[in-house]
Amino acid sequence: MEQLILTVILTSVPLIFAASGELIAERSGVLNLGVEGMMLMGAVSAFAIAMGTGSPILGMFAGAFAGALTAGIFAFFALGLATNQVATGLALTIFGTGLSGLIGAPLVGHAIDGLPQIHIPLLADIPILGMLLFQHDIMVYLAVIMVGLCAWVLNATRVGLIIRAVGDNHDSAHALGYSVLGVRLLAVMFGGMMAGLGGAYLPLVLTPHWAEGMTAGRGWIALALVVFASWRPWRVLGGALVFGGITIMQLAGQARGWTIPSQFLSMLPYLATIIVLVLIARNREFALANSPACLGRIFHAGK
Amino acid sequence: MISLIPRKDIPLALTVMTPIIAIALTLIVGAIIFATLGYDPLRALYQFFIAPVSRPDQIGDLFVKACPLIIIASGLVFCYRANVWNIGAEGQLILGAVFAGYVALTFPGLPGWAMMPLMVIAGMIGGLLWAMIPALLKTRFNTNEILVSLMLTYVAALLIDWIVRGPWRDPMSFGFPLTKMYEDAALISRIELPGIGYLGQLHWGVVGALLLAVGAWFVLSRMLVGFQVKVMGAAPRAGRFAGFSPSFVTVMVLGISGAAAGVAGMVEVSANIGQLQPDISFGYGFTAIIVAFLARLNPLAVIGAGLVVALAELGGDSAQIALGMPKVVTGVFKGILLFMLLAGETFNRFHVEIRLPKSAATKVSAGQN
Repeated sequence: MEQLILTVILTSVPLIFAASGELIAERSGVLNLGVEGMMLMGAVSAFAIAMGTGSPILGMFAGAFAGALTAGIFAFFALGLATNQVATGLALTIFGTGLSGLIGAPLVGHAIDGLPQIHIPLLADIPILGMLLFQHDIMVYLAVIMVGLCAWVLNATRVGLIIRAVGDNHDSAHALGYSVLGVRLLAVMFGGMMAGLGGAYLPLVLTPHWAEGMTAGRGWIALALVVFASWRPWRVLGGALVFGGITIMQLAGQARGWTIPSQFLSMLPYLATIIVLVLIARNREFALANSPACLGRIFHAGK
Repeated sequence: MISLIPRKDIPLALTVMTPIIAIALTLIVGAIIFATLGYDPLRALYQFFIAPVSRPDQIGDLFVKACPLIIIASGLVFCYRANVWNIGAEGQLILGAVFAGYVALTFPGLPGWAMMPLMVIAGMIGGLLWAMIPALLKTRFNTNEILVSLMLTYVAALLIDWIVRGPWRDPMSFGFPLTKMYEDAALISRIELPGIGYLGQLHWGVVGALLLAVGAWFVLSRMLVGFQVKVMGAAPRAGRFAGFSPSFVTVMVLGISGAAAGVAGMVEVSANIGQLQPDISFGYGFTAIIVAFLARLNPLAVIGAGLVVALAELGGDSAQIALGMPKVVTGVFKGILLFMLLAGETFNRFHVEIRLPKSAATKVSAGQN
């Protein structure tokens, strides 16, 4: 049972990173559908650097950097040239999937040493709880810290206020003298960095090798998680654990020889996403309470 | 600083040149990426865009590859014109193939004149029903159609995987995940050109695809429903004042594009595969999105755009064989192409000025006003 909960936690980590990063971008008013592509670029870069240098920590930084850089492409088009955000995000996912496969082609079949677990002294020795909470690799802790950071910055700092102002009413924010595009650029790059970290977690911890398209739709589930979390960072954490649980339930079911065909169990995360989206959307007040009013709307100062 | 100044009217030359410039830029950027990764860029581009059409029979194969893209994109044009983002055409294609497969496998004795129309209708219904899920969830609960239609693509892929491994597997397939082969009446035959014979794999489905694109153009540009679609996309408020129902338009465009994708699935299986298997599409549903944009959401232009993108698809195969590049590399081209097309859209609508010093910027724009 502890083992199962442990796997749930690990499975949810990529989702926590990617979703909380996208959450910041969306709160600034930008809908970036390229999460899947940014995650894959993060994954392949992390794997390549970890393999080349032998250091998974360097791999982690490489993943973050690659994710931010990929997000920069999106920003150039969607912010700089005011292209349609939905289509630009799709282009980023198509591009990132292709480029990561091209970069990763020589890496297929190699293996790396993943991130080591850190035993926090004393706390790690607590029975059960110690194993569940205090014996993880550094990225698990980082994920929780980043969620906390996002929540704090958004709700308790001036920076957060500016991000929300830009996301809720870009014309007013512009009139007040804030650089709408500058704020959005940073938010999108931050989202890319987080997606890169989420992608990096796959080859650095979950499966220590590179495979084409190894994110398998996690980027899209992260996008759904932002809606599920109704744009509140701490809810991302809960949502990611729920999705991690559903993914693991499917694997556990297969291992225990449930009579349901495995394909139906594999459908669970996707079906759960749809059901969650419906439940959230049905409750309009809840769904729209924190929804950025300018989400996906194009801003250019000239009008 | 990049500043965008809206254009009053768009020169026709710009409209026509945009896709051409986008393609040229894509080739240049692609070549740079190949060179960076250590591939010979000229050899790579040759394998991608020349080698696949260096023999006459390969022209036929180009049309065959473009066929599902043209069919799907003709439907997607309606969605994107109406600002409804169906990105789950891949799943709708699979369901169309499954429904058509049900007809072919359950009633193998049907005569040809009944089999084909029934399979086309079944394919349409399959794709349409699958597209109705995001449509109804959107109109009833305001659920995001992007995420729902995409999630359903994963579900559809798992569904057909189960079908061909489980209930519909041919007992004589030696354990392979394949259904029985379709009867001849359920197969789309190749076109025999007078005096030339067969041209590659060119089949009658291609003719259907071309007719469909023309039909889509007619509906979109000459009929009231097409007008409704365009108004709801461009000016939803004006559309509501005119008495058009947003929900109706959403359901209709998703239905049209779902049915088109379903037909594409039916054609793909009946013309090229002849039985159901776990993988029946090579991402056509996603690639068709790019075709729709390359065509600038014009169904007639979808034909040309489909051929261009099909060339890149075939190029991916040839680059894989000749240069050992992974198949996904076509995605790089497709992604860049979509970026360039979207940027081209901006250069159409705005006069783009890129300047560095801020004080000079204010001066120039002041001078323009």
